[in-house]
Amino acid sequence: MALKGNLEDFGVAKLLNLIHLARKTGALTVHHDGTATVLYFREGKLLGAYQDGKDYSLLSLLQRAGRIDARQAESVQSRAETNTDKEIGLLLLHSDYVTQKDILQVVRASALETVYSVFTLTEGTFRFDANRILPQEKIGVPVDLENVIMEGTRRLREWEQLQEELPDLDVSLKFADRPGTSLRNISLSVEEWRVISFISPRNTIRQIAQYIGLDELKIRKIVYGLLSAGLVELARPPKAPPAGIPGLPAAPAVKRGVILRLIDRIRRIS
Amino acid sequence: MQAVKMVITGPFNAGKTEFIKSISEIDVVSTDKRITDETRVVKEETTVAMDFGRITVDDDLVLFLFGTPGQKRFDFMWEILSEGMLGFVVLVDAVRPETFREARSVLHVFRDYAPAPYVVAANKQDLPDAWSPQDLRIALSVDPEVKVVPCVATDRESVKSVLLELLYTILERSSEEED
Repeated sequence: MALKGNLEDFGVAKLLNLIHLARKTGALTVHHDGTATVLYFREGKLLGAYQDGKDYSLLSLLQRAGRIDARQAESVQSRAETNTDKEIGLLLLHSDYVTQKDILQVVRASALETVYSVFTLTEGTFRFDANRILPQEKIGVPVDLENVIMEGTRRLREWEQLQEELPDLDVSLKFADRPGTSLRNISLSVEEWRVISFISPRNTIRQIAQYIGLDELKIRKIVYGLLSAGLVELARPPKAPPAGIPGLPAAPAVKRGVILRLIDRIRRIS
Repeated sequence: MQAVKMVITGPFNAGKTEFIKSISEIDVVSTDKRITDETRVVKEETTVAMDFGRITVDDDLVLFLFGTPGQKRFDFMWEILSEGMLGFVVLVDAVRPETFREARSVLHVFRDYAPAPYVVAANKQDLPDAWSPQDLRIALSVDPEVKVVPCVATDRESVKSVLLELLYTILERSSEEED
């Protein structure tokens, strides 16, 4: 079963959040302006990302990052039999041209760069295929999506979108009740930490912004990032029925016996 | 004779009319009319006032099901329909993520009208591209204590399950209030 839809309605940040929370394995393909970008995941972590028309071979990545020179690349290439990234990686290690850490860093950086390139797209389509996994010959580096979502969201600049996602600043925030998530493992900016330090049912987002001296755009960006990463949730205070609906009754006082009779009746419908 | 009511709400073309048709013992009183605007590409007819279904429990008790009109320009009806409801079902077309934002908005509006118990039903689970209830929960940011249940609005057994889940939720809520 594939999840598919339109980025206009369901953006990349939300998709990554869904993949992260549901710990999904598979491939997310984003189509935009005739270009396909494929992001691979395993159990909710990013493994790799590739865009049509770009060279993601390990030798090219290392050369572009300045970790090896052309002569070293040629030397390894000439000895490779299958020419897969995994084989190339082993040859590079055996030649002492790079360390394992160098390889993992450039692969990780390449995947992140590709993800961020699609992060701010608001037009295009997406499709998530649960059974499509990272090609065997590729090197996968698991990357926690929380930080990816945080950084990607930092790059979002559309004020309108932020306003639409977070229209009301007069609500407070609460920490998401999610086991297994630790703030210690997440990279936050100083301002994000300051916002987090003020999270309390007594403080609305607007008040937090005033305490810290942030303008509306900045506080919306920070809060939207925290929300998208699933670290916090909006905590709507219990409120009276809105004005204009005076005395609107809630659920009427119906006796348990009535509900049990309804349950019994619906069970018997054939 | 005591009458109680439940409301079936959700975005345009989520399957509300079908849902009520599947379970009502009377022909659904539906005020569908031909669509004349851009939404026509999705659906030929739509509900402009409300759908109305009925389930008789016994001589003393009857359950009415009201479906809200899907198109936004008829949302003035929502407030009227929500008055005095026992609970509500937010029906979501699980194969059309472009309607999720609207579904979330409908959910918030109804929750603000009255703090009545509700469930979210992920409709069209018989189609291959339907989002699962688990994924829908995340997509709509549904509170953890709210049930998100699978649904096929054209299948009576499936509709029964959704209504029963709502009734169980109402029962739990009434137990908490009595304690």
